[in-house]
Amino acid sequence: MNISIFAARWNPYVAGALTGILAILSVAVTTLVIDKSMYLGASTTFVRAAGYVEQVVIPANVETNEYLKKNRPRVDWQMMVVIGIFVGALISARLGRSAKLETVPPIWKERFGTSATLRGVGAFIGGMILMFGARLADGCPSGHGLSGNMQLAVSGLLALVFFMVGGIITAHLLYKK
Amino acid sequence: MDLFLGLVTGILFGFFLQKGEVLRFEKQVGFMLLKDMTIIKFMLTAVLVGMVGIYALNGFGVISLSIKSANVGALIIGGLLFGIGWAIAGFCPGTSVGALAEGRIHVIWAIAGMVVGAAIFAEAYPLLQRTVLTWGAYGKVTLPQVLGISPWLVIVVFIIVGLSAFRIFEKKGL
Repeated sequence: MNISIFAARWNPYVAGALTGILAILSVAVTTLVIDKSMYLGASTTFVRAAGYVEQVVIPANVETNEYLKKNRPRVDWQMMVVIGIFVGALISARLGRSAKLETVPPIWKERFGTSATLRGVGAFIGGMILMFGARLADGCPSGHGLSGNMQLAVSGLLALVFFMVGGIITAHLLYKK
Repeated sequence: MDLFLGLVTGILFGFFLQKGEVLRFEKQVGFMLLKDMTIIKFMLTAVLVGMVGIYALNGFGVISLSIKSANVGALIIGGLLFGIGWAIAGFCPGTSVGALAEGRIHVIWAIAGMVVGAAIFAEAYPLLQRTVLTWGAYGKVTLPQVLGISPWLVIVVFIIVGLSAFRIFEKKGL
C-alpha cells in the first residue's frame, strides 16, 4: 500500500482512517492545551465570513442581526481549520502532482454542456441552498457527518441520512438521462 | 495557541482529503449517483476509527463530548436542503476550499454562494427560531442514551454495519 506523500492518491480507507485518528488527536490535544474539546467542523466559518463581508457592505446589520452576533466575524479555531484545509490540499496536490485546472467537471459537462458560466451559476445556487440547509441543520458533513457520528449523536446520524437522501434524489433528477 | 492548533489540524485534514480524492465534484456527485463510494469509504472509516477513540478518551474522562441538539424538524428540512444544494454544487463546505487548492476553479462560485447562503440564513434565523427550530427539539442526546444501552454496543453495531457495507462496495467495484 502506497502512502508516500508523493503518491497521487491514497486508498480512501487509509486516508479516512488517518482522518479518524487526526480527529481523536485533535480533540485530545485541544482539551489538554486550551481546555476545550474541539471537534472538526466547517460551516460556521461561512457565517463568520458572511459577517466579514457585511462589515464592509452593511456594517449596521452585523451589530443587530441575532445570528451574526452569535457567530461574530472573527478568526477562531474552526476558521483556521478551514484555512488549513486549503493549505493541506495545496501541499498534497503539489507533492502528488494531482492538481488539475477544471472549469466544468465531466458529469456536469455531459448533461449541461461546456459553458463555464452555466456551471458557475449552478455552483453558486447550489452553494447558497446547501449552506442555508447546513445552518438550519446546525452542521455539514464535517460537523455532523464526521464529528457528530463519532460521538454517536442522534443529530449527527439524522443529518447525515437526510444529506444523503436529498443529495441522491437531486443528483438522479439532475444528472441521470 | 488555539489558532495554531486549528491550522495544523486543518492542514492534515486537507492533506488526507486530497490524497483520498474526496475533494472532487466527480467523487461527490459520483456517490450521489451511487456509482462511486470513495467519499463514503473515507467518511465511514474516519467515523468508525473516531468513535472508538472518542469514547475511549471520554470513558477515561480525558475529553468531553460536544453534542449538537437533535432538532428533528430542522435536521430533516435542513438536511434535505443541504442535499439538494450539495448535488447541484458538487461540493460541501469543508471540501470546497480544498477543491479550490487542487485547481477546481469553478468551486469559487460555490464558495461565494455558501457565504451568501449563510447571510440569508442569518436574516431568516429569528423566524426559524420561532418555528422550524422548535419542531421536535429533543436536546443534546446520543444514540446510546436514547436506546438505553452501552455506547460500546452501539459502536460494535456500527462497525459490523460499516464493514459489511465496505465488503459490498469492494465486491461490486463501487
